[in-house]
Amino acid sequence: MLSEPNQTKLTQKMPILTLEEMMSIVGRSLNRVDASDKVTGKAKYTGDLVTPNTLVAKVLHSTIANGVVKSFNLDEAWKVAGVVDIVTCFDVPDIAFPTAGHPWSTVEAYQDIADRKLLNTRVRLYGDDIAAVIAETEIAAQRALKKIEVTYEEYKPLLTIEEALANTEIPIHDEFPTNIVKSHKYEIGNFEEAIKAPNLIKVEGEYETPIVKHCHIEPAISFAYEEAGKIVVVSSTQIPHIVRRVCSQALGLPIGKIRIIKPYIGGGFGNRQDALTEPLNAYLTTRVRGRPVKLEYTREETFAFTRVRHAMHFKITSYLNREGDFVARSVKAYSNQGGYASHAHALVANAINAFRMMYPVGAIKGEAYTVYTNLATAGAMRAYGIPQISFALESHIDDIAKVTGLDPIAIRKRNMMKLGYVDPITTITCHSTGLEECIERGEKYLNYSEKREKYSKQSGAIRRGVGMSIFCYKSCVYPINLETSACRLVLNQDGSAQLQMGATEIGQGADTVFTMMAAETLGFTIDKIHLISRQDTDVTPYDSGAYGSRQTYVGGMSVKKTAEKFKAEILKFAGKLLKRDPWDLDIVENQVVRKNKKEPLISVADVAIEACYSLKESIHIAAEETHHCSDNTYAFGVCFVEIEVDIPLCQIKVVDIINVHDSGKIINLQTATGQVHGGMSMGLGYGLTEYLKFDPKTGRMLNDNLLDYKLMTAIDTPELHADFVMPYDPTGPYGNKALGEPPTIPVAPALRNALLNATGVAVNSNPLNPQKLFYAFKEANLI
Amino acid sequence: MTKKSIKCRVNGVNREYFVDVRSSLMDLLRGPAGLDSIKHGCDVGECGACTVLINGRPFNSCIYLAVWAEGKEIVTLEGVTNPDGSLSDIQQAFVDEGAVQCGICTPGFIMASIPIINQETPSTREEIRRQISGNLCRCTGYQKIVDAIEKTQKKRIAEKKKG
Repeated sequence: MLSEPNQTKLTQKMPILTLEEMMSIVGRSLNRVDASDKVTGKAKYTGDLVTPNTLVAKVLHSTIANGVVKSFNLDEAWKVAGVVDIVTCFDVPDIAFPTAGHPWSTVEAYQDIADRKLLNTRVRLYGDDIAAVIAETEIAAQRALKKIEVTYEEYKPLLTIEEALANTEIPIHDEFPTNIVKSHKYEIGNFEEAIKAPNLIKVEGEYETPIVKHCHIEPAISFAYEEAGKIVVVSSTQIPHIVRRVCSQALGLPIGKIRIIKPYIGGGFGNRQDALTEPLNAYLTTRVRGRPVKLEYTREETFAFTRVRHAMHFKITSYLNREGDFVARSVKAYSNQGGYASHAHALVANAINAFRMMYPVGAIKGEAYTVYTNLATAGAMRAYGIPQISFALESHIDDIAKVTGLDPIAIRKRNMMKLGYVDPITTITCHSTGLEECIERGEKYLNYSEKREKYSKQSGAIRRGVGMSIFCYKSCVYPINLETSACRLVLNQDGSAQLQMGATEIGQGADTVFTMMAAETLGFTIDKIHLISRQDTDVTPYDSGAYGSRQTYVGGMSVKKTAEKFKAEILKFAGKLLKRDPWDLDIVENQVVRKNKKEPLISVADVAIEACYSLKESIHIAAEETHHCSDNTYAFGVCFVEIEVDIPLCQIKVVDIINVHDSGKIINLQTATGQVHGGMSMGLGYGLTEYLKFDPKTGRMLNDNLLDYKLMTAIDTPELHADFVMPYDPTGPYGNKALGEPPTIPVAPALRNALLNATGVAVNSNPLNPQKLFYAFKEANLI
Repeated sequence: MTKKSIKCRVNGVNREYFVDVRSSLMDLLRGPAGLDSIKHGCDVGECGACTVLINGRPFNSCIYLAVWAEGKEIVTLEGVTNPDGSLSDIQQAFVDEGAVQCGICTPGFIMASIPIINQETPSTREEIRRQISGNLCRCTGYQKIVDAIEKTQKKRIAEKKKG
């Protein structure tokens, strides 16, 4: 055994490179592989692929929010020229199916709730799908819709959680007699015992978040036809393999009879992590003997009748000692599900889990309820319950700081998750953390502490304020759900490779980072990897899709494993050609070399052509691997923001804003920065302007369009700053962790805390729009 | 259904179309003209995904009737790409700056940016933001889109100065 000095000497002589240092492509800032197609109009989206002979389907949406369809009068509708078929809720298969984009659970208790049919007789929200018209043109379909007469039995719309819990004579779903979809509790330590300690400070707060919308610019769209005895659905979805399973359930057909094709999609943000138009569209083509039928929602339908983000209400109680250590904390949460279950309780469960994980100190208890109402159906939206709990929790931390006089950063640093933390319920472990450095960089960038002190003493009509917020976010859905991802690599005769992923590109840059990862592991240059962007469930390896910020973490490992296997196959054949041991060979920049040597022995292109056409021994060099992920890790980040508040105008202007993220090793700085900017912009909307408004009498969505729903435009958006702290995570395929969703999380609470700093007014619900600030400032006697 | 014949120039070529008088320019361009770079996002002029240039000015083609195109010069993203198929400066800038994500708004943004990059004097970032605020993007936060437009405008102005 070597003695210590010798070891040091050896290290000095031949420095051991870390895995990270050995990477030559991963970590670079490269242009997107799909950018050129997207700036020239060559990139095809679902709507671009519809053939001219395609029939048009339109859905008839109910004009009541709660009730039952008794009958239709279709006589006048049938008279419209061009109508091919009319289908009502009395015609569709009597099958209830789930829509959530979760991998299927083989354990019945964990399966998604099957609570809707292709068209519904029992109406559960204003705009429920009750009938559909198929016509030769869109105008004919629209005209026919207007001529359908519907008779309803109408019940009182239950639009709030309180109303739904109080009115259970006629439950929204018979299977859920209390209107509660699900509830659960947890307790870590003994809460009641813990709060008996002397000299504790108790802080309570109630916080509320609104219903908001994804607003991907491409509306919900699909078209379907029959071919080779199968139903083919071309759809703008994040989850082609899951949509295939949902369609098979909804139509009662074997899964092999359904084929889903996913071209480029115009954004998803979680809305398309749900079966939307596809099941009905698949059914409608069967009604017209397999002719192609397009089902495209208008912008207004996409707003009101796809999915929304859950509104949540939180009550938080914290007990801490004089030094600022948490002794006991509790959260009680209510989540407004709307008319159908979709992802249901999973979101608020995720929210109260993050409540525990973020500050895992002292006794903690959580309690959550998901309640059916007659509002728009809530599903997944970027960061899955975490923007909601973060608004509540991070607002609450600053409320604690205000009550105690303690420093908000100091409270967070004392109590936040540290390296090595193992969550007692999920067992998810903190394998790496750069959170402390994220906070320090954000603090320094904004000069937060000095400004906070200065701004707390202002008077006058125009005031400044600074705020901050932190978060943690899991890198995939393990162990709550299955985490699996498969990949295929095929060698072309020119020494390039086809890369096929079940994981989907939805704008986040997945195709680019997968290309980089494959090139990295194979020793190929980027141009030698041809990623097939379009998923086709008939040929694409299985992956559950784009959600949970899982793709680079889970899918990335499947690329790595497949590339390692593929490389071994290439080297095996090269070894035969070169009469060398394959274990002694490597690939560097498309050339086969001896390990740790540079001189090329043969090009991969020559190996490939010989492998394909050899008269002696031809072989199709390909590899396929599954990564069944059974670990998880936390990504972290912070937002620091400075605002200017115009008190008489009740307006907030963002002066400066930065997000600093720890998402482990960043694979591609360009695309990662883009993700952060987009998330920040969405977070600014969540914090300042966005909410969906419903008619309190009818339950009809009132601002179901891009004019009345205020998402950020370019002129509303301040200059956005993004920074990264990059600890190498040992569980990520290339040291990486989740990034896609997180950037949107910390912005709204940071804004709210900045308002508190500027004015002393605690606004406990977002968005901080002028309407709300007017009442808050009036109550505080500021105006 | 009334149909009408119209003549216009599309991407530098004289064209004649027989159009339903009710149809929008977006329907004409995406349909019979086969120019599917134009994207459909809202149908009511809110999102800008269908932006094209009409006589040099950006318009939402979804709320512009096809029959109004009579005698007009129309340019779509297909007409921005160089004749040899290579990327024009503004397209290359969108690629290099990382201004593209899902890409559905990209054609509209590039079309909206053309009058800006052709200006004689440099714009402030605020001015660029104002001029593109009729186009919505949910992916990028606009940061890199503004970068790409600003960079291309600067480059063009510098080239003009050189003569």
